[in-house]
Amino acid sequence: MPGAFYWVCLVPLRGMYRWSGIMHEILWHGRGGQGVVLASEVLAEAAYLQGYRGVTSAPTFGPERRGAPLTASTRIDDEPIRTFSQIALADIVIVLDELLFGSVDIGAGLRNGGILIVNSARPPENFRLPDKPAARTASVDAAAIAREFRLTVGGAPVVNTPLLGSLARLWDRISLAGIERGLAFKMPPASAYNNYQAVRRAFEMTVVGDTRHEQT
Amino acid sequence: MNRHDDNISGVCTPAVGEAGKTGDWTEMKPVIDPAKCTPAVKGKPSCFLCWLYCPEGVVSMTIPVTIDLDYCKGCGICAEECPPNAITMVGKERGRE
Amino acid sequence: MSDVRIITGNEAAALAVTLCEPQVVAAYPITPQTKISELLSEYVERGTLKAEYVRVESEHSALSVLIAASTTGVRTFTATSSNGLLYMHEQLHWAAGSRLPIVMCCVNRGVAAPWSIFNDQQDSMSQRDTGWIQLYCRNNQEIIDTVIQAYRIAEEVYVPVMVCYDGFILSHTMMPVEIPDAAEVRRYLPPYKPHTFLEPERPRTINPVFFPWRRQNADGVLCDGYMEMRRKLQKGLEKARDVIAVASSDYAERFGRDHGGLFWTHRVEDADIILTGMGSIAAEATLAADLLRNEGVRAGVVGIRSYRPFPPGLPAVLRNARLIVVFEKCFSYGYEGGVTSDLKASLYGTGVDAPVIDVIAGLGGRDVKTADLLGAVREAMKSLESGDRACRTVWLNCREEE
Repeated sequence: MPGAFYWVCLVPLRGMYRWSGIMHEILWHGRGGQGVVLASEVLAEAAYLQGYRGVTSAPTFGPERRGAPLTASTRIDDEPIRTFSQIALADIVIVLDELLFGSVDIGAGLRNGGILIVNSARPPENFRLPDKPAARTASVDAAAIAREFRLTVGGAPVVNTPLLGSLARLWDRISLAGIERGLAFKMPPASAYNNYQAVRRAFEMTVVGDTRHEQT
Repeated sequence: MNRHDDNISGVCTPAVGEAGKTGDWTEMKPVIDPAKCTPAVKGKPSCFLCWLYCPEGVVSMTIPVTIDLDYCKGCGICAEECPPNAITMVGKERGRE
Repeated sequence: MSDVRIITGNEAAALAVTLCEPQVVAAYPITPQTKISELLSEYVERGTLKAEYVRVESEHSALSVLIAASTTGVRTFTATSSNGLLYMHEQLHWAAGSRLPIVMCCVNRGVAAPWSIFNDQQDSMSQRDTGWIQLYCRNNQEIIDTVIQAYRIAEEVYVPVMVCYDGFILSHTMMPVEIPDAAEVRRYLPPYKPHTFLEPERPRTINPVFFPWRRQNADGVLCDGYMEMRRKLQKGLEKARDVIAVASSDYAERFGRDHGGLFWTHRVEDADIILTGMGSIAAEATLAADLLRNEGVRAGVVGIRSYRPFPPGLPAVLRNARLIVVFEKCFSYGYEGGVTSDLKASLYGTGVDAPVIDVIAGLGGRDVKTADLLGAVREAMKSLESGDRACRTVWLNCREEE
């Protein structure tokens, strides 16, 4: 009966992290090849290791095309997840390529009052969503951080994992320790270490905008 | 007799007469001339192409070569394949005489 | 400590296959199944799966290879989707008619035309009458457990089993899956004992022409004709009803997880509004039922796990139903959804006369949210309350023709 035993062990652990008991939905925007899916998977691992029983990580359903806009989605819940539909309004939207704002309606997928994190060297005020005045916005120069830790593939900076650090900064349900363990599950030790250093740097470097801003 | 068929898939085991008395389907029968048949002439196992080609498995790999006329359908492949033309297809009535 | 991994449905299937130790695997890649064939070839290359991996040029050949392999008495596996499954169609009949316990995963995908790579269940459901057992999974945990159960079921009743799960929705979505212990799987799944197999020492002919009549063989045994052989296939599927239930309960005892036998239920005890379906849409329906419960509606879900054999026990569960809403990802063109037809037929004469509303949803991957299901149920309840007791078919989230 390994199954039952496992859940019995997990119950006290769950209590530590349990809060409102509702599902959290995170939507990742990026381009084919940027590691959007991997970032979503690491987040799911981290959340599970932190005691959330229900986690799912899904890519955009369909063909995989390098450079094309795509999304990945992460769901996190106290209970096993029973919904596999597309996320309508995410609690958190993370954008790996700011140029996507020109081609994708990023704001359409974010709950008003949610969190928007953008990989950009520009301050978060540049990414205010007019129709989501209550959203918290943050930006981080993930590309610079990736270069600093030599996280590059074919010369291009790997920006996916640093953004996990920004997420931990803005959203206290996920801890840096959780992400560290999640990374260890998904990659060899040396890469995990390197990526974690970038995660920590991104945690520090993330610029958080005003919680609520006035339209000017 | 009337034992139950407990096969759950379509299986049949090779057996003499599995398809019934097929020897009476034919118009022609093969007749072997031992004076031309290679194994008979050489007196040792050889050739046996008739045995190899017979689709009904009624030719024996023996000296002399024999054909089980109870099940031979008279197709004539053995006569066609026989290198020294030792096999002739003859009319049924003549073959019985 | 148990081994929980966060994996996709395809990875769950591939790991389950590894645990069942088949000796021959043959598969041809097709979206969204591809990852299974990739993983299995990787496992074979690495040596963690000691099997012959046969690379083939088509799905027809993949199943042909397995039919040949299974006829020599070994355990086999393949996987496919959509048009690949349709290309196997002739061989599906051969495998079932030969009573070969082949296990296949069908990663459900819509069928062309028009071309689609996205999920619905038209592919497997259109193969309903091939004589295969069809089991549908609602999450990745159920996939890994059902593949293992499938071998046990197949090898007990000598009927091939198709384990079906929704393409992308489950095949590409990662979720926590507890990996069963390999030694315990070996205890659960005894070595395969073929009912008959080819070996050089005992030559035999497999599937020669069968005549309409019975005939006496050379040993004097009166051999069954074609019709008796087909009747035996039906007997195999009838026996499978019990075998599926036992395979499931025994699995629950050993591994602590019970996914139901022929079907599972969610809050049906006092329910008079019943939602039903197969696969991930049935899991989604449990959320809709919970939301209805919050509003005081006595809603419950019956998830059909075994499409063939179709569960005979549904009328007993549905006896208090005032309304039955079937969510289907498949359609029998010219009539209605396949599950609806079967369900209505199984209720005939049982005294259950609740209207059955057939909701066609998610064809070709169209997104289905809990709210959509909820809306469909509310609509059906409104009709019922207005005194309309007609059964009807509704295409969910689909533009109506003017």
